[in-house]
Amino acid sequence: MDNSKRNSMPTQSAEVRANNFKEVALGYDDETALKEANRCLNCKNAPCIKGCPVGVNIPGFISQLAKGNKDEAVKVLKGDNNLPAICGRVCPQENQCEMFCVRKAKLGGSVGIGNLERYTADYALEKDIEAKKVEHIGKRVAIVGSGPAGLSCAGELAIMGVEVVIFEALHKAGGVLVYGIPEFRLPKSLVQKEIDKVIALGVEIRLNQVVGKTVMIDELLDEYDAVFIGSGAGLPAFLKIPGENLCGVYSANEYLTRVNLMKAYDKDAITPIQRAKKAVVVGAGNVAMDSARTAIRLGSECHLVYRRSRTEMPARAAEIEHAEEEGVIFDLLTNPLEILGENGFVKGIRCIKMELGEPDASGRRSPVAIKGSEFEIECDQVVVALGTTPNPLIKNSFKALETSRKGTLVCDEETLQTSVERVYAGGDAMTGAATVILAMGAGKKAAKNIYNKIMNK
Amino acid sequence: MYEILKKRVLAENIIEYVVFAPAVAKHCLAGQFIILRVDSEGERVPFTICDYSREEGTVSILVQTVGFTTMKLAEMKEGDDIHDFVGPLGNSTDLSEFKRILLVGGGIGTAVILPQSKQLKQDNKPADAIVGARNTSLLMYAEEMQANCKNTYFMTDDGSNGNKGFVTDKLRALLDAGEKYDAVFAVGPLPMMRAVCNLTKEYGVHTIVSMNSMMVDGTGMCGCCRLSVGNETKYACVDGPEFDGHLVDFDEAISRSRIYTEQEKDHVCKLRGKHNG
Ligand SMILES: Cc1cc2nc3c(=O)[nH]c(=O)nc-3n(C[C@H](O)[C@H](O)[C@H](O)COP(=O)(O)OP(=O)(O)OC[C@H]3O[C@@H](n4cnc5c(N)ncnc54)[C@H](O)[C@@H]3O)c2cc1C
Ligand SMILES: Cc1cc2nc3c(=O)[nH]c(=O)nc-3n(C[C@H](O)[C@H](O)[C@H](O)COP(=O)(O)OP(=O)(O)OC[C@H]3O[C@@H](n4cnc5c(N)ncnc54)[C@H](O)[C@@H]3O)c2cc1C
Ligand code: SF4
Ligand code: SF4
Ligand code: FES
Repeated sequence: MDNSKRNSMPTQSAEVRANNFKEVALGYDDETALKEANRCLNCKNAPCIKGCPVGVNIPGFISQLAKGNKDEAVKVLKGDNNLPAICGRVCPQENQCEMFCVRKAKLGGSVGIGNLERYTADYALEKDIEAKKVEHIGKRVAIVGSGPAGLSCAGELAIMGVEVVIFEALHKAGGVLVYGIPEFRLPKSLVQKEIDKVIALGVEIRLNQVVGKTVMIDELLDEYDAVFIGSGAGLPAFLKIPGENLCGVYSANEYLTRVNLMKAYDKDAITPIQRAKKAVVVGAGNVAMDSARTAIRLGSECHLVYRRSRTEMPARAAEIEHAEEEGVIFDLLTNPLEILGENGFVKGIRCIKMELGEPDASGRRSPVAIKGSEFEIECDQVVVALGTTPNPLIKNSFKALETSRKGTLVCDEETLQTSVERVYAGGDAMTGAATVILAMGAGKKAAKNIYNKIMNK
Repeated sequence: MYEILKKRVLAENIIEYVVFAPAVAKHCLAGQFIILRVDSEGERVPFTICDYSREEGTVSILVQTVGFTTMKLAEMKEGDDIHDFVGPLGNSTDLSEFKRILLVGGGIGTAVILPQSKQLKQDNKPADAIVGARNTSLLMYAEEMQANCKNTYFMTDDGSNGNKGFVTDKLRALLDAGEKYDAVFAVGPLPMMRAVCNLTKEYGVHTIVSMNSMMVDGTGMCGCCRLSVGNETKYACVDGPEFDGHLVDFDEAISRSRIYTEQEKDHVCKLRGKHNG
């Protein structure tokens, strides 16, 4: 039996990368990729596939890699996933495809599916394997938002001959991929290449168009056969504790947007960011890890405050490890009570120690404050990364859209149609903050249903 | 790209730009604002829409040159393109429930009350207005304001127009003289709006202010523009920019406006340095 160990992905060393914004993970070289590809047992029932939200034919593309047919591997992969270079980097593989890999427990660890996906996709980007434009079928679809949901819906429809226009509120396309996820995890040049591919399919992207303000949904419905809303979940939550409006308190969205989208990591950038001596990040998801690792790279000491314990941290395991290696200090079982200020600027945060009590409705043990354990952390910056909910802007301008109590758009599970005929939605706007691959999958699914609808199938 | 069709210097460091932006012009209303970036590396900076023409697809903004972006803008000529220009953002001003209205504009705040004066005249209830500036040469839109309003009072800090004093001096005089207003709509620098609100609170006159918090996206995504209104956190870009002035925590807003003061000085030095060198 082949018991070879999983080939790990080389990274920049922690000391070096903590001082730059370059990508941390360096990718497999050809030799390692081939070795890793050969670890795949090409299982008949391929349990890994059922862990992938878009059902990538995993043994299909890996076996092509193993045979040395990279071009074939690209074709197989792209058949199921139009943004593989992105998913290969940011998918929580360990909880998806790789979790079901038969090698996981005993045979040296699951196949590095995400790593191989990245390898294959990067090869495709380099080689510029182009999709060609198709004949228009005389139908038009408007898409709100250029995040992964919008982009994949657009790409899919364009391939089927539909004329597609994306309306994007910001001055740059890509959604969270450009304004949220930092350069060191997902290089922006790569995101741009994926976007260029969608444009090459004939998709038009109109920037600076806030749907609900610049253009209304009913106007889009007059002009287009259908509308897909992929506006994400961009509304940040705050702690609702005293001191939250002091100078130096940022939502993770603001912090990351300034650094990524507005390039404030560059000292000469026009958009400013406060460079702290000591930053405290509140939260423990991917967004919190990204904020903390960004703070380190901006030269701050960084503490991460989370009210539960390590096992409950929702971020990907690799991100937590990377953050720790780069010097982020975890203050777990700690809950913030108040942000302290002096002359309007942050000077500390008062917290209380927590312990884990009985499991709550979600099955997680809920944290309970330990009486009298209050203490202060001195700091000059606080970044709040507590999650986001859908922005109510679109719904407020188009009341016919039904939303849930959490503000997410209510859609038919099968078709992804909203409460309004010809209006579809998917991605974070429908699910609340989730993942790139789920948003992509939703965009694709909606595209199929939109196509069937407008073709009266 | 959004072409500057017309550029007009109205006073020292105060420039009006008429920009070709048909999509913005199509839906915009008095009280809303836009966010622009001068070039591909620019900062996102908000400005109030002070006039528009749906037919011509134009939007006018009135800009006081204070820092890096506004200096860059001042260097641009008619025919040049602004890289990004997004809007209309925020809510439009709704003064329909009030009959007798006093508009108070300080400095660049006049850009915000001008479209109101026009709207109120159209609604057949012309307002009174107090317009303040440091000196006569900085008083803007005097004729337009006079044409739109029933009474317009001009005040200068240095008295160069013969009326020395702050807008609040005139406001107090009017209220003391028994003028009754259903609402005051005050727009200007934060300390001026705070002073107006303190005064109208004393006299029990409902007051609306337009908050010019720092912003990034302008769509409710970042929280940069947040302020406390009646002990609740509000976002100026989506909940405002107008708020009940008696509920706004001005001290906090003033404090928040200073977060990047040091860094901005540095930028302007760089820009000036580039020009001198
Ligand atoms: C910091 C951070 C790190 C993350 N890390 C990971 C990770 O490692 N792995 C992972 O799988 N997921 C991660 N996620 C989550 C993932 O990025 C999102 O689930 C995904 O981007 C959702 O895609 P979307 O297309 O639904 O929305 P978004 O990516 O949010 O895109 C929505 C787009 O719509 C635009 N828009 C919004 N309103 C309007 C309007 N009214 N008019 C026009 N345009 C509008 C927005 O500007 C935006 O461009 C992370 C998220 C963040 C914030
Ligand atoms: C909703 C809204 C509407 C606005 N309308 C107008 C308008 O019609 N005309 C106009 O000239 N300005 C307006 N402003 C203010 C304008 O956005 C700022 O003057 C601009 O950001 C300055 O950019 P800068 O890069 O040139 O200066 P910076 O280099 O950023 O700053 C220079 C100086 O201005 C201060 N400053 C920065 N931003 C603001 C702000 N938002 N408010 C007050 N002071 C600030 C800084 O603290 C600094 O002292 C508005 C702001 C908002 C939020
Ligand atoms: S898209 Fe994500 S879940 Fe699917 S195979 Fe690739 S890495 Fe795994
Ligand atoms: S389960 Fe693992 S070994 Fe089997 S096909 Fe999938 S990746 Fe290959
Ligand atoms: S400017 Fe970002 S939320 Fe208002």
